[in-house]
Amino acid sequence: MATEPTSHPAPAAVVTVRINGRPLSAPAGASVAAVILQSGIPFRTSVSGEPRSALCGMGICEECRATVDGVPHTRTCQLLAADGMDIRTA
Amino acid sequence: MTDRLDLLIVGAGPAGMAAAVAASAAGRRVTILDDNPAPGGQIWRGFSTAAAGTYPGAKPLVALHRSLRDHTVDIRSRTRVISTPAPRTLRVQDDGGAADYSYQDLILATGARERFLPFPGWTLPGVLGAGGLQALVKSGLSVRDKRVVVAGSGPLLPAVAATLARHGARIQGIFEQAPLDRLARFAFTLAAHPGKILEGLRYRVTTLSAPYRTSSWIVSAHGAEHLESVDVCIGDTSRRLACDYLACGFHLVPNLELPLLLGCTISDNCVAVDANQQSSLPHVYCAGEVTGIGGLEKALCEGEIAALSSAGKSAAHLFERRDRLARFARRLDVTFAPRRELAQLATPDTLVCRCEDVPRGALETCHSWREAKLHTRCGMGPCQGRVCGPATNFLFGWQQESVRPPLAPARVATLAAPPPSQ
Ligand SMILES: Cc1cc2nc3c(=O)[nH]c(=O)nc-3n(C[C@H](O)[C@H](O)[C@H](O)COP(=O)(O)OP(=O)(O)OC[C@H]3O[C@@H](n4cnc5c(N)ncnc54)[C@H](O)[C@@H]3O)c2cc1C
Ligand code: FES
Repeated sequence: MATEPTSHPAPAAVVTVRINGRPLSAPAGASVAAVILQSGIPFRTSVSGEPRSALCGMGICEECRATVDGVPHTRTCQLLAADGMDIRTA
Repeated sequence: MTDRLDLLIVGAGPAGMAAAVAASAAGRRVTILDDNPAPGGQIWRGFSTAAAGTYPGAKPLVALHRSLRDHTVDIRSRTRVISTPAPRTLRVQDDGGAADYSYQDLILATGARERFLPFPGWTLPGVLGAGGLQALVKSGLSVRDKRVVVAGSGPLLPAVAATLARHGARIQGIFEQAPLDRLARFAFTLAAHPGKILEGLRYRVTTLSAPYRTSSWIVSAHGAEHLESVDVCIGDTSRRLACDYLACGFHLVPNLELPLLLGCTISDNCVAVDANQQSSLPHVYCAGEVTGIGGLEKALCEGEIAALSSAGKSAAHLFERRDRLARFARRLDVTFAPRRELAQLATPDTLVCRCEDVPRGALETCHSWREAKLHTRCGMGPCQGRVCGPATNFLFGWQQESVRPPLAPARVATLAAPPPSQ
C-alpha cells in the first residue's frame, strides 16, 4: 500500500533525541541530519582527522553518517528523527 | 524472494510517480523502490500532502499521490537498490535487511544529484550543496537569520535562494558562474518554453533582495572548525563575505550507477533511450533526470511515456512535447556548463575525494579513473565516486566506464545472501 508522503507525521509536534548523550528537541518530521546540523556538532571525523558535516542532503555523499540506535554508518539525511533516538557522532 | 513482479520502478520522484500512475491506469501491477524516507524525489522532499498545497510547485504531488493510492501502488520507501544478483532481479537493502525483487519490466527513474567541484575549504562544516542545504531546510533545519551565500551554477540557485529566504535566511548573494551572454541566449529560448520548468529563474526577478551576479564564482571557504567566510570572484575582483552557510552546487548530473550496473548504454553522460524511453536493454526503460537534466515537466512526461511503452501502448501523442523538453535539457547543459577557471580552484593539497581524503596533487600523475582508484583509493570510499567522479570528470576528463556492485555500502549479510533461484 502506498503510504502518505509524510515527513511531517501527525503525532507529537516535537521529538526529543539525544546526540552524544545530550538531549535535543526537533520538529516532528525533521531528518536526523537536520537535527545534528542544527546542533553544530560535526557528523564525523574524516580519515585524515577533519571534522565533516552533511553535504548533499539527499543520501549520496555519505558525509552525514552517524551511529543511530546502535546502527553504525547510518545516512542521517535519509532518516527521520524519532522520539528517544540515540545518536552518536564520531 | 518474491514472485516476478509485473512492473518494477526504481525512484519515487516525479518521473517514477508519473510512470506508476500511467502504468496502473494501463492495468499493470506496480511496485516502486525508493531510497528516500517518503515519495516525492528531490523536488518534493519533506512535503507532507497536507502541507504541499502551501508550497509553490508542490500541488502536482498531491494529485500524483492520490492516484497512487487509488491504484494501490506498492511503494517501498527507505529501500536502496545495491546490486543485481541474477538477470531481471534487483537486490535492495532496507531497514529489514536484504531483499530481492524480480521483474518483468523495469523503469529506472533514479534522478540526478548536484555536481560538486572542489575548491580550498569545501570540506568545512557549513559548506553544503545548494540543493543540499535546501533539502535539509525542507527536512527541518532552521536557517532563520543565518547568513547564506548561494553559489555555483544552474536554475536551481535562485530557486534555492528563494526557499531559504522564505525560511528566514539572509541571502548574501547568488553567484552564478555562467556568463551573462549565455544566460541571455538561454532566456531568449525560454520564450519558446512557456512551461514552469524554470520556476527557479523566475524567482530571481521577483522579491529576492539579494544580488544575482553572473560570471561570478566561489574561490575558497574559510573557518577554523566551521565555515566563517568565503571568497568570491566577481568579474576581475575578489571579495570576502562573512557567512554561516555556503550553498554551492554546479548544476546537476544524472545518477547513472544503476543503469551502468545493468549494462544500459550511456551517451553524453546520460542513459541513451529511444523514442519510447527504452534503454539499450529490452525490458528496461528510463525516465526523468537520468536521461538528461530537464526538470519536473520532462520527468513527468517521460515517466508517462515509459509506462505506456512498457505496457505495449502507444505514447506517440506525447513525443512532440517530450522532444521539446529534451531539447530544453540540452540547452540547460550548455548554458550552465562549468567554465574552465573552476578547474584551477583546487590546489595540490585540496581534497578531491572526501571519503578517502585524496588531495588533487596525488591525482595529477594518474591518467584514468581506474588508475586513480588503484593507486590513490580515490572513489573507493562509501560514496563510491558519486561526489569525486563528476569532479574528476571535469578536472581531468576521466570517464567512469563501469561500476561494481554493491552500489552502496552494504551489510555483509546483504552481500552474502544467495541469488534467488530462477
Ligand atoms: C538536491 C536537489 C534539489 C532539487 N530541488 C529542486 C527544486 O527545488 N525545484 C525543482 O524544480 N527541481 C529541483 N531539483 C531538480 C530535480 O532533479 C527535478 O525537479 C525532479 O525532481 C527530477 O525528477 P526525477 O523523478 O527524474 O528524479 P528525482 O526527483 O531525483 O527522484 C529520483 C528518486 O530515485 C531514488 N533513487 C536513486 N537511486 C536509487 C537507488 N539505487 N535505489 C533506490 N532509490 C533510488 C532517489 O532517492 C529519488 O527519490 C533538485 C535536484 C536535486 C539533486
Ligand atoms: S548529506 Fe550526503 S548522504 Fe546525507
